[in-house]
Amino acid sequence: MSEFVQIVLSGLATGSIYALAAIGFTLLWQASQTINFAQGEFVMLPAFFVLVGMHVIGLPMLVSIALALVLSLLVLGLAFKKLVIEPMLPHGTLPIVMATIALGLLMKEAVKEFYSAEAQPFPALVPGDTIRLFGATISAQDLANLAISMLAVLALQLFLNGTRTGRSMQATAQNPAVAEILGVNIKRMVLYTFLINAALAAIASILISPIYLAKFSNGESLGLVAFIAAIVGGFNQIRGALVGGLLIGVIDNLAATYVSAQYRAAVPLILLIIIILVRPQGILGKAEGRAV
Amino acid sequence: MPYRMILILLGIVALVLAPLSQGNYGIYVLCSWLIFSIAAMGLNLTLGYAGQVSLAQAAFMGIGAYTTALMTMAGVHWSFAAAASMGLCFLVGLGLGYPALRVQHHLLAFVTLAFNTLVFLVLRNEEWLTGGSFGIVGIPRPSFFGIETTKQLSFYYFTLVVFLIVAVLFYGVVRSPWGRAFKALRENPIRANSLGVDIRRMTLLAFAIGSALGGLAGALAAPLVQFIDPPAFALVHSLKLLLMVMVGGAGYFFGPMLGAALVTVLPEFLRFTEGYYLMIYATTVLVLMVVCPTGLIGLGKRMVARFRPQRVERGDLKQGAQL
Amino acid sequence: MNRRHILAVATSALMLAAPFGAAHAQETVKIANISELSGPGAPSGTNWRDGARMAIEEINADGGILGKQIEFSEYDTQSDAQTSRAMVQKAIDDGAFALLGTVYSGSTIVNMLVAQQAGVPQFTGSEAPKITELGNPYIFRTSFGAQKSMPKVGAYMKDVMKVKKVAVAWVNSEFGKGGHDSFVAEMEKAGIEVVADVASENAQADFAADVAKLKSSGAEAVFVYLTEEESARFLREARKQGIEAPLVGETTLIGQKVIDLAGGAADGALGHVGLTPDADVEAVNEMAEKFEKKFNYRPDHNAIKGYIGAYAIKYITEEVGEFDQEKFVEAAHGITLTASEHPGVLMDVSWDENGEVSRESFLVEVKDGKQVVKDILPAN
Repeated sequence: MSEFVQIVLSGLATGSIYALAAIGFTLLWQASQTINFAQGEFVMLPAFFVLVGMHVIGLPMLVSIALALVLSLLVLGLAFKKLVIEPMLPHGTLPIVMATIALGLLMKEAVKEFYSAEAQPFPALVPGDTIRLFGATISAQDLANLAISMLAVLALQLFLNGTRTGRSMQATAQNPAVAEILGVNIKRMVLYTFLINAALAAIASILISPIYLAKFSNGESLGLVAFIAAIVGGFNQIRGALVGGLLIGVIDNLAATYVSAQYRAAVPLILLIIIILVRPQGILGKAEGRAV
Repeated sequence: MPYRMILILLGIVALVLAPLSQGNYGIYVLCSWLIFSIAAMGLNLTLGYAGQVSLAQAAFMGIGAYTTALMTMAGVHWSFAAAASMGLCFLVGLGLGYPALRVQHHLLAFVTLAFNTLVFLVLRNEEWLTGGSFGIVGIPRPSFFGIETTKQLSFYYFTLVVFLIVAVLFYGVVRSPWGRAFKALRENPIRANSLGVDIRRMTLLAFAIGSALGGLAGALAAPLVQFIDPPAFALVHSLKLLLMVMVGGAGYFFGPMLGAALVTVLPEFLRFTEGYYLMIYATTVLVLMVVCPTGLIGLGKRMVARFRPQRVERGDLKQGAQL
Repeated sequence: MNRRHILAVATSALMLAAPFGAAHAQETVKIANISELSGPGAPSGTNWRDGARMAIEEINADGGILGKQIEFSEYDTQSDAQTSRAMVQKAIDDGAFALLGTVYSGSTIVNMLVAQQAGVPQFTGSEAPKITELGNPYIFRTSFGAQKSMPKVGAYMKDVMKVKKVAVAWVNSEFGKGGHDSFVAEMEKAGIEVVADVASENAQADFAADVAKLKSSGAEAVFVYLTEEESARFLREARKQGIEAPLVGETTLIGQKVIDLAGGAADGALGHVGLTPDADVEAVNEMAEKFEKKFNYRPDHNAIKGYIGAYAIKYITEEVGEFDQEKFVEAAHGITLTASEHPGVLMDVSWDENGEVSRESFLVEVKDGKQVVKDILPAN
């Protein structure tokens, strides 16, 4: 019993990080049909911005984190949109897929060459305390990950539904042509989406690196999982991506314990195939139209 | 067009002469270029002609390579093993494509992505059959009518012959009414449908034939390296194959060959830059995709068409733009 | 002047003249390094390469091998077995006298066939048992294979720790699989029951499920065979969930890098180490310090292996007295190089007829973030 509780709780904590990456994925898809194959690297990179701030420039941790956030918005948000995605938009999705694969490789290699090929310890924002719960152990870090992810998703939902800008973004995602006729600056709305994705990636990076350690290759599996979570949950729903992320986190742990450790990676993939065949819009997705 | 024929003949002569000035390593690179070209041609049929993204071409190479390895090591002649590899990949392609293509066009990409990783897991975990993470060592090279291909040079010519046969057949397929239907399909699926082209059946066949060519490439790769292990057929290699088709130019006959040459040879040229070569390589691809998403052949064509005015459709305004 | 003097003079005259004669064309000898410089194996491959490079630079500064300077060339396998085979082929085409690498066992098993066909001696950093079982006379290890280290671990578990039930956590790659198989075989021999057998993926980040399973297995000790970063993540999770059974590892689990990354969670972990920069051996410590100064990071066991491999090529060639690959291989089998006469090997070392290596090793425990040597285990 305590084993089961342990596995589910740990799965939720990890899943909340997957969810952050998956939500960004979903947002980009809706705003610009961008399937970002560099999404995993987007989560890998901000941790190194923090490390550069702390160990190269010598800033305190919180300042470094602020710096990393700003850099992420500039590089992963603004520059990514302006330099990579925008010139390719007229040509459909496939070149974007190839370009983001290349971009991911570039980011990985750059971190490896200019920072380090080895994993780096990463400072935690929360103390290393643990709490006992139904015979399971959960760390303060796990709880913080869950809480911060949920808050981020909640804030995002409030922003999208409760503000004028947010609703304009939704309109852009649903029907860009009509939105433009109605006077929405769709280029700006798309840019906002990219900035939000960058911010979510930075948050995920800072939350996960104390546990995963910062390493150039961390994005490889993370990107794939985010991808699966987004599709399983529903490619056109933020709540879907959240549910997908948590679900994959838990299922991965359950599969490793009760099915087969050797085939643990297969279970989310089989789930993915089943979802596509049975319910292609995802668990929470709507069949028609797109909503942020 | 005789002009074109002369060019192609010159190309074949160049392919025959190419390995003579090379060491073993150079010949090896040429062999793997030919093999990847075959796999990329298969993917080009799926992607460039039928407009479907497959992220499982490396998995089909893997299925082909393991089938060939296991059969030839059990004493079956290579040609039967290769035929079995292609047949198996064709069937698996049908089985995979049938449900995926039924749902929605871009979902094939996701299904194949999952499929590739599943194949990797099976190859790694089913040790009794595949040798697990240690792979299979000592795959024999075939002999034909008493001619051995153990030497690197003779293996190259063997690969070249297979490559040329595939190229000729492929050219025939693309030029046939059947191949023209593919093109019609890609350009305008709705019109093609109204003209009596069964979209789903055509697409499925394109995918299955493309997969079978992947199997053939695997059947050649196994005796070339004489060793196979699961990581050689992991998802990254599918992405690499996709890159070859895209960089060369999807939907052009010579696109995959050009792309395969670039992807296998460019890192060789850049090796002197030491640790930076992957970065330079990635940047090159990134810039190419940003500047010219139709690949190198497309870039050439665009140069020609530069001065003609044309209207570019805005993809960001298209609802549900397809993958 | 007696005959011996005449001979000596003639020889020196010949040696003086040599640079103008045949040897002029070849003042250098090529040694090729083939290792994992990119891809997932990059940390190990880079360590190995840097260790080898440092040794080569020292050797060159000291006059080279038999008076010839070494031309050191590097080839990147991209952590891929097929590419490694191509790279070994290329290195041999380029005229390498001897090869260093690769670290990944899966790569070495493939590319050593090419070196064998061409008759080029090869020093590898791989530890999979199979490598020296294939009867390839051209392959030499730089540290012993799992089939030599696991009996030492097994004996320790049985005789000192008196364990009856054990659990294994291992990474499901060719590295982990090789170690896992040797360990399980050893446990069977020792009559110790394996109560949980938990495989994890390469580069796995979340070990919650693995640790939970081990914890509830009732094992009296857990054997951990993971690569470095995964070891650190595992140790953190084990500490978090409060595993009480002692954790025992082989080389990676108790490396300094892992201790630093695990941040205190490594305390109490035990392990068997062949080569470690933290060993209680002065030559090794000096090498590690020089390395750290030069490359700005702390070497791991792969760096030491690369270093020793490069020096072994020098010493054995000098033993032979000429650059002859056949004679090199013949001389290398059964040779013992002592650290006192051959400081570059750092510790006394010998090679048997299969290219397997024998050397003392250590049993260490992590205390307050440092490796403490508990026992020195004799060469077997």
